[in-house]
This record gives sequence, C-alpha cells and structure tokens, in this order.
Amino acid sequence: MGTNEVVGHSEQRWDAIAKVKGQAQFTGDFPFKNLLYGKILRSTIAHGRVESYDISEAEKVPGVVKILLPEDLPQNKYSTAGHPWTLIPEKQDIRDRTILTRDVRVYGDDIGAVIAKSELAAIKALEKIKVTYKEYPVYITPQQAMADDARRIHEERDNVLASSKVGFGDVDKSMAEADYIIRENLSTSVQQHVHMENQIAVAYQDADQRWTCVSSTQIPHICRRIIAQAVGVSWSKIRVKKPFIGGGFGNKQDAVVEPLVVAMSMACNGQPVQLALTREESIAYTRTRHAIDYNFAIGVKKDGTITAIDCDVISNQGGYASHGHAIGGKGGTFINAIYKMDSLRYTAKTVYTNIATAGAMRAYGMPQVVFALETVMDDAADKIGMDPIDFRMMNRRPDGFYNAMSNVKQINFKVGECLEKGRKEFEWDKKMAASKQYKTGVKRRGLGVAAFSFGTAVYPFGLEVAGARLILMPDGCFKLMLGSTEIGQGADTALSQMAAEAIGVPFKNIIRDSFTDTDIDPYDTGAYASRQSYVTGFAVKEAAEKIKAKILTRAAKMYDVRTEYIDIIDGNIIYMPDGERLATLEDIAMSSYFDMKDGKTITAYSSVNIHQTTYASGCTLAEVEVDMETGRVKLLSIMNVHDSGKIINPLIANGQVEGGMAMSIGYGLSEGIRYSKEGRPLNNNLLDYKLPTTMDLPKLEHAFVETDDPLGPFGNKSLGENPTVSPAPAIRNAVKNAIGIGINTLPLSPENVYEHIQAQQKGDVQNV
Amino acid sequence: MIQEIEFTLNGEAVTCAVDVRKSLLEMLREDFSLIGMKEGCSVGECGACSVLIDEQAVDSCIYLAVWVDGKSITTIEGITHTDGSLDNVQQAFIDAGAVQCGFCIPGMIISSSQFIKENPQPSRDEIRRALSGNMCRCTGYQKIIDAVELAVETK
Amino acid sequence: MFDITGYYEAHSLANVFELLKEQPTARIVAGGTDVLVKSRARVTGFVETPLIGISRVAEMKGVIMADDGTINIGALTTFDEIEHNKIINQNMPLLSQAVSLVGGPQTRRMGTIGGNVCNAGPAADSAPALFTYNAVCEICSATTTREVPITEFYIGVGKVKLQPGEVLVKFKITKQNYQGYQGYYIKFAQRAALDIANLSCAALVKVTENKIQDLRICFGAAAATPIRMPAAEAYGLGKEVSNDTLTTIGDYCLQDTKTIADWRASKEYRDHLVTVLPVRALALALKDGE
Repeated sequence: MGTNEVVGHSEQRWDAIAKVKGQAQFTGDFPFKNLLYGKILRSTIAHGRVESYDISEAEKVPGVVKILLPEDLPQNKYSTAGHPWTLIPEKQDIRDRTILTRDVRVYGDDIGAVIAKSELAAIKALEKIKVTYKEYPVYITPQQAMADDARRIHEERDNVLASSKVGFGDVDKSMAEADYIIRENLSTSVQQHVHMENQIAVAYQDADQRWTCVSSTQIPHICRRIIAQAVGVSWSKIRVKKPFIGGGFGNKQDAVVEPLVVAMSMACNGQPVQLALTREESIAYTRTRHAIDYNFAIGVKKDGTITAIDCDVISNQGGYASHGHAIGGKGGTFINAIYKMDSLRYTAKTVYTNIATAGAMRAYGMPQVVFALETVMDDAADKIGMDPIDFRMMNRRPDGFYNAMSNVKQINFKVGECLEKGRKEFEWDKKMAASKQYKTGVKRRGLGVAAFSFGTAVYPFGLEVAGARLILMPDGCFKLMLGSTEIGQGADTALSQMAAEAIGVPFKNIIRDSFTDTDIDPYDTGAYASRQSYVTGFAVKEAAEKIKAKILTRAAKMYDVRTEYIDIIDGNIIYMPDGERLATLEDIAMSSYFDMKDGKTITAYSSVNIHQTTYASGCTLAEVEVDMETGRVKLLSIMNVHDSGKIINPLIANGQVEGGMAMSIGYGLSEGIRYSKEGRPLNNNLLDYKLPTTMDLPKLEHAFVETDDPLGPFGNKSLGENPTVSPAPAIRNAVKNAIGIGINTLPLSPENVYEHIQAQQKGDVQNV
Repeated sequence: MIQEIEFTLNGEAVTCAVDVRKSLLEMLREDFSLIGMKEGCSVGECGACSVLIDEQAVDSCIYLAVWVDGKSITTIEGITHTDGSLDNVQQAFIDAGAVQCGFCIPGMIISSSQFIKENPQPSRDEIRRALSGNMCRCTGYQKIIDAVELAVETK
Repeated sequence: MFDITGYYEAHSLANVFELLKEQPTARIVAGGTDVLVKSRARVTGFVETPLIGISRVAEMKGVIMADDGTINIGALTTFDEIEHNKIINQNMPLLSQAVSLVGGPQTRRMGTIGGNVCNAGPAADSAPALFTYNAVCEICSATTTREVPITEFYIGVGKVKLQPGEVLVKFKITKQNYQGYQGYYIKFAQRAALDIANLSCAALVKVTENKIQDLRICFGAAAATPIRMPAAEAYGLGKEVSNDTLTTIGDYCLQDTKTIADWRASKEYRDHLVTVLPVRALALALKDGE
C-alpha cells in the first residue's frame, strides 16, 4: 500500500494537543453576541393531550423574550432519524412528529418552549407555565401497547409500527430433526449513550439571510435536511456547522434539538438562540438503545450440529419512530452471517410505547441480538456437553460464505481465528481448569465467551455516498476537506493517514479542520454504522490518487520526464529509475500557485457511492466471580479479539476497543434507565444511571486478527462499534458457568443475580 | 448581587466583580473566557469542570465563584506552561492515546496533576481511585490510567 | 446561575449568628456538595433564598484531641481531611474508612462531615460510623450551647433537631467510645465510586478473649434515618465470637431495620442484605479489614 507506510502507524491524533490544552472548542464554547437561551417545556405525564396552557405568570418573569406553544411553530411532520434521504417513499423514515406537540407520547415530551435572556430566567418561566392534560393509559412495554384494547399512541398508525419476517429453510422440519430444542425468553435493558457533552445547538440568521445551526451533531449534512423538512424551508436555506463534539455514540445521529433551535431563532427575528440540554434531559428525553424482548430457539443435534434457529423479536420503540424497525428488524442477517444452520426464521415487530424514544446507539441493534444468540448458543453447548468455544468453532461460517440474506459474500471472515486467538491469549483452558475450584462456597468463578459478526457501513440496505476534497497548499501540505464527522473516535486522523499514504507524504503534511460545514465540505452522510474509515476511506483514496496524478503530471512537464518514471515518496518527487530526488512537493506547489505562465492551483475532489461491504467479526472472553450472598458479579478479566482487517492506527483502534468494551460491560452489569409505572424516568442523572467509573472496570485486554481485507480501501473494515457487541453476553455466560444459572435479563445487577439465585434455591427456575 | 473578589488565576493576580449567583465554572467561562473546563452535569458528578483551588482538584460547577476570594486557581489553561509548551501530564495524555472526544480530558488532567504531585509512585489502583470523580464514556479509562503512569515516569 | 437571592459569608462563628439574625430565612451552606446540588435541582427551600456561607469559619474546622482523650471533630472538617487525619486514623479508623467511600475525590475535598449529617440523608456515609462511636453533637446558637447525642439528632429524611438560629459546630467522641474497639464499614452500592449506598452498615466491636464485650451496629438506608440495632447489639453482648454468633447477629438486625422498597432495591433484597452486611463487617473488623 504505497511506500510511505503512514497507514498502520500510531500517528498522533491531529486534535490531541488542542484537547489537552483545553483549547478545543465545542459548541458551547463559542461566544455569541446577544445570545438568547431556549428551554423546553416538558410534559409531566407520559401519554395524553395538553388541554390548556396558562402562560400569563411565565410571561411576567423578567428576561423572558418568547414563550412558544405547538401552534406557534411549523406543523410539518418529520423524523429525527439520521438516515440518508431516500427517493423511495416507502423506505423513508416514518414522519410522526412536529417540532412541539400537544399530543404527549413520552414523559418529558416537548410541549412548549421558552426563550429568555438568561438560562435562569427561562427555567423560572418554565416553572410558572400551568398545563392541564387529558390523560391516557400509559404503556411501558410492547405487550401493553399491543393489547387489544390499547389506544393508538399515534392516531394514524397502529402501535405495531412495523413487522418483518426473514429467513430460509423449513424451521419446523429442521427443529424436528434436532436432538434438543433450547427455547428461551430474553430481555435487554434501556441503555443510554451518556456522551459527556450533552446535546447543544445554537441557531441564528446569517448575513446572507439563511439559517446557520452550530451543533454537536454526528450527521451535519443529514441534519441540514431534517431541519429544513421540519421548519419547512428549502434545504440550501440551512447551513450546519459541527465543531468538536464531546461524544455521540449514535445519540447525535438524531436531530433532537436542531429543528427546535432553528425555529426558536426564526421566532426571534434571527437572533442567536442556544438550546443546551441538561444531563437529566439528555439521559431521559433524547434517544436510547432499544429494549428488545426475544423468544429465541435453537435446534441442535448431539454432535453439535445446529439444525434451526427460530427468533421472535419484539422491539420497544418508545414514543416516536426515530430509527424504528431498522434496529429490531436487523438481526437475522447477522445470525446467518456467523453460524451454519439448515433453517432460520427471524420475525420482528417494532412497537410504540410511552417510554423514551429509542434510536441509534453504538452497534445499532447488534448488542441485543448477539446477547440473545450467544446466550442460547451457550446454553445449547451446555446441553450437549460441548466446550462453548469448540461449539462455536464447529458451527461458524467459513471464510467466503455467501450470505443470501444480505447478498454479501463474506470474504475474509475470520471469526474462527478470533476464537482461536482468544482461547490462547486469554488462557481459556487454564483459567477454566482453575475456576473448577471455585464452584462451591460464597465466591464462585466461571468463564464465558461470545462471538459476533458485524457489517461495515449500511450497503446494501442504504445509500453509501461520501466525498473528499484535497487542496495542495503552497508549502506542499494538503488541506483535507471532509463531510464525514470526527466525534472523538479518531476518524479525522485515520482519514488523514489514508490521504498521506495515498499521496506519498508524511502524516504531518495533511491539514484537517475541527469544523464540518455543510456549505463548504463535500457531501457525506456522517458518523454511524462504522462506515467512515471504509466509505469515506474510498473517497479519500480517490481524491488522493487524483491529486497525486495532477501533481505528477505537472512535475513531469516541469522536469521534462515521463510521468510513469516519477513518484511522490515522503513528500518528494522521485525519479524512479535512479531514485534521485527531482524536486520537493513545495517546488511543485509554489510553481502551481505562482508561475507566471503555468500557475494553476491543484485540487481534487471525489464523491463515491460504495456498492459493496465487508463483514467484520470478533469475540469476547470473560471470567467472573459471583458473590452468592449478595449477587454481586465481579469481572476478573476480559478480552476482546477483533477481525477488522487492517488497523489504520493501532493506538486509536485500541482506544476504540477499550471504550466499546467499557460500554458493554456497563450494559451487562449495571446500566439501564428505569421507569415508574406512570412512565416517568427514575434515574436520569449520573448518580443514579450507573455508568462505570474508573474503579468499576478491570484491565481491558484485546487483540486483533489483522488482515488486509481485499475489499477495504486500505485493507480495513468496521471497528468503531464492534467492541460494544459481545462483552455483555460473554459476562452473562461466565456468570452461568460460575453459578449454574442462566440469567436472561440485562443488566446482571446484584439484585437481579440475587433474585435468580433465590428463585433457583426455591426451585422456581427451570434451568437449561 | 455583585461582589468584588480578588484571587490568583493561573499565576496572575486578578479581580472580578462577580454576580454572587454564579458558580466558579460560570465565572471562569463567562468573565474570563476560559472555556477549557466543561459542564457535563452541573451537579458535581462527572468532573469535567474540575479546577485546582489551592492545589486541590474540585468541581467548579458546585463551587460558588465568590468562594475563590483570596485563593489560587489553576484551570487547564494554566497547566500549559507560560511559554506555550505542554506540561508532562498533558504530553503523557497524548502519548498514551488517552484523548478521544476530549470533553473529559481537561478535568482528567487537573485531577491527575494534583495526584501526581502528591503521589510520586502510585499503583494503578491508586490512580483509579484518584480519577474516580472524573467520568469518561469514550476510553474505558484504560489509556487515561496509562497516561498517569507515563506522566509519573516522565516527571 | 444558582437561583439564590443573596450571599453572605461568615468570618467567625459569632458572625454566623449575626448573619442568621439579619437573614432569618437564609440557608447555611458549607462545602456546597449537597446544598448547591439541591439548588440546581430546584428543591424548595434551596432556591429563591439567600445563602450564608460558613466555609471560612475557622472555629468549626479540624480534629482535636482534648486532654481527657475526647476527640472533637469540627463540623466543617472535610471528608478528605478526616480520611487522612492522624488522630482519626489511629483512634477511629471506622470513620476514616467510611468517609473515604463518599462520592468521588472532588466531593470529598469539599463535602464536610457536619454538612453530611445536617443534610440528613438516610444513606449518608459518615453517619453510621458516628452513630456507632456514640458521637455527641455540639449545637450552638448566639446565646446557647447544647449537646445532643447523634443517635437522637435525626428526625426524619432531611430533618435534624436544629432550631432556627442554631448551628451544628462539632462532634465529640469520648475515649471510652473509641478505645479498644475494632470497626468496619460496608457501603453496598452498585459502583465502587460516585455512588449512593443501597444499604450501608457500620459495625464496631470490642472483643477480649474472643468474647464480645461491646457491640454497636448502625445501618444507613435501612430506615428514614441512620439506625442502630439494639436487639442485635444486646444479643451479641457476652457471646463468643463464632460464625454462628455473627450470623445470628445479622438475623437479629431485621428486628430493628425499617427498610423500604424503591427503584434502587426491593425491600426483600435490602432485608436480605441487612442479615449479610453486619456479619461481613464484623468479620472484617475483627480481621482489621481486608
């Protein structure tokens, strides 16, 4: 891959210095003159309709500029989901919301807004608005919302907002051929992203009379479209600027605050308005990971052959469709991707309820389905008395398997290598043998494993367009302009490495920008689906190759040599036959800018539409100690192994893996939003939402099965989300190995584990 | 509700006529344009707003601005040396790969700076405890703890 | 901005009383880790009110041992200071261990032991230890000084026996209440830091020749206030230390706890932990910790 060897090295992130100096500016860090502050009036019921507002006292609060009710703002229906737009109407996201609403579908719904000269004035005014409601029954679970007498949460649509069935073979026949059928019910929890920077956006009317929204968004270009649809202006009337972002994890793949803040500025004659959510609002009233219930069956023969998998999925969507069925409906393909079976049936429903709207969250449905699959796989291995790694090894899809459900040939699919590497490096057999001494008494130990497959970007299900622009600067450096989004994951640095590699210059010659600006940067759909290093990678590669060709053409002319004899190596133009340096890049660049006769600056642009994908995979191995008296699970050791192709930047990649593991350990052991039966969130703050602290995590071990993926732009495939998939089920399986009880509800909090132990002691639980 | 206060800010004697209702975080960001400290929760849970007050890391979001009267404050901006070069703790955070989104990092560096000064040879568990008032969602903390170890080594 | 109507800072204890007289509706704030958090949350009584800051009142700070061995802990002593204080470490290690588990380091540097008690949260980490040491609260007004045992100081959630114009100045622990005891505190929470106890248990025991000479157990989050365990303590007195004795002590605790169910934990689970934690705390106390 070139001669420069920038790809594959731990280059220092370009933004690291600014971030350690406190110099990196996030949305809330920019000064605006005459800034107004917006606050959302939130419903104090979860389901009903606002009958009346009394704003008379609120209007008297000094500093209040405007109080907005639903009728005061555009009534366009839109979806907040950050998907690429599609021209096929039936594939478009469900447009089921307006900017503000009288129809309350979730606790904390946006039923009004206050704009004031200070945040405190806005808060005080909110408290003085009197609201009366007509209340409807509250549905926390899909089962409640699907009951015959349940009221529609959205008048125009059934509470089951989508359903699907995919698979192959004859599941009933294949099940009949099995020696054992393991059928289990499983439920996952409502995890929240808890990015350290809450949602924040500022909107104002700019000098050209268009609307600018500075926002902490993962999807600037998509966000522009959603704002325009919501406020009802043509798309180019909106400009979105994304500065540094304090994390997103999928939550900022929904336009949660942007349409409202633009509408607020419009209501205030274009004066800048800031809408910053509090931590309490961000946890409770933005997006979550879907809580999904599974009825999951696997048919297995005594020799370990899987005959059939039958999976029924009910996904709790919450009050608005957002990403909707894309999450619950997704799992079948990836079950088929990883294990062999004769027949597969995957039926899924996505159901409106009155809890918080679920949306995109890191790994987009995969943590849920893999929790279910890997639980039942583990219990099947137990049933037939096989080592859980051996069972997975024998059933894994081979490299090169053609997945008919996604129309993807899984070239370079290395889940077996991950399991083998994990077994060795984790010292699985040694630890398993040692844990046998801890199967009685108060503290019991066990090991667990879970494997997964993972897509890269969204093709063939969605559009994959990305763009890049390169400008040769006078000194031989390059400005790299991208519409993709750096959200902390290191995308900008990885993409800059790719540009440097493909052009043939040192990493330091590539200049990035903290801003992504829809007016300036090429169209790219943004940060989600672990897509950017792949899809934007192709765009960067194409732009780099184009600019390189232009530079070489110019150099060939300047030095009167044939272009095929020269190359760019380490920032110099080299005459390849003798390896001599003909010129520096700066020589060429200066001439391109300033040569009286031939001066003509050099730029390159690319826009790619990627019609391919590649599947990644991996696994987690975990060892736990369970306190039988209290139910507390202590994670003793954990290792992730990833098949993600070529690792572009090892240090950044390791950071992604560790962060993803931590998020999934929280998912497995402690995290989840809880609701009262009235639908009120109970723990929407950092004290009560149990995000792991420094003291709650063990050493996070990891390894890669590194390959050059033949379909990757630089041999790479997805990695950003992947680490978040398998730790939770590996922990669940380790707990079962320790105490002999399979726990199928997340999280495995002390109380949950204790209750299962108690139930077993009382004989209430049937174990597999 | 304005009170005149005097304090040392990043080594410089300053005065401020501050609204007594402001938190220290608000005063630093609004009155001194020091935007390095972030607000992540505003109730002293996440640690993103940490500053050193008389060499002790505290959460500036639940610290009244007027309380700094007569005290010495160091923000992340004051950790960077006056010649613009990085402190070895900052450099260690870069070298260990501890920086991702960067929102928690100023607070992490503030907590680490005090800790390293007081603990020349810390164990990893001691580092974990010292940083347990600073939350991060990107890193799983591992490289942050590596960074503190590295900073101790390179001191 | 905090929604307060003024701020007045006291420079001495006498000045606190003067300010309280001038601003009778004012709320006292020490380290701010409870009061300012409640003000952010817009809890009634914590907004639209003036604050009197006492964090610079020197008379209320620090740990002193009197000639008779009584340990005086100023109400404004921070958790961090108590954790590292030599007098406390040598004589009341249960207290330093308990306060070392409060929140995170930043909170421990600002939060004060007096504030922790006056805030009267049922799960406050410093309280169970103070209960087992039979701490006495010294309460002053402009003209009076009175002493109230901490076991009688609490009224209910968020409520203590302070009259208008009164301030909790210090805690006093007499020598006979700490000398010769071994103790351990278990904070049972979901996380190892930045958390609130689902249930907590301080156990303080004096043992000679393997016989329990004195036993004090106090739970946090097992009732509306921290609560001592008279039945279990009475049972334990004079018993040989054995697994059976400790287990029975744990079971006796259920006679005095008044646990409730909330979203953090069910009553059944809390009651189960009530029987487990004192057994573990006592075993660890007698082993001098882990």
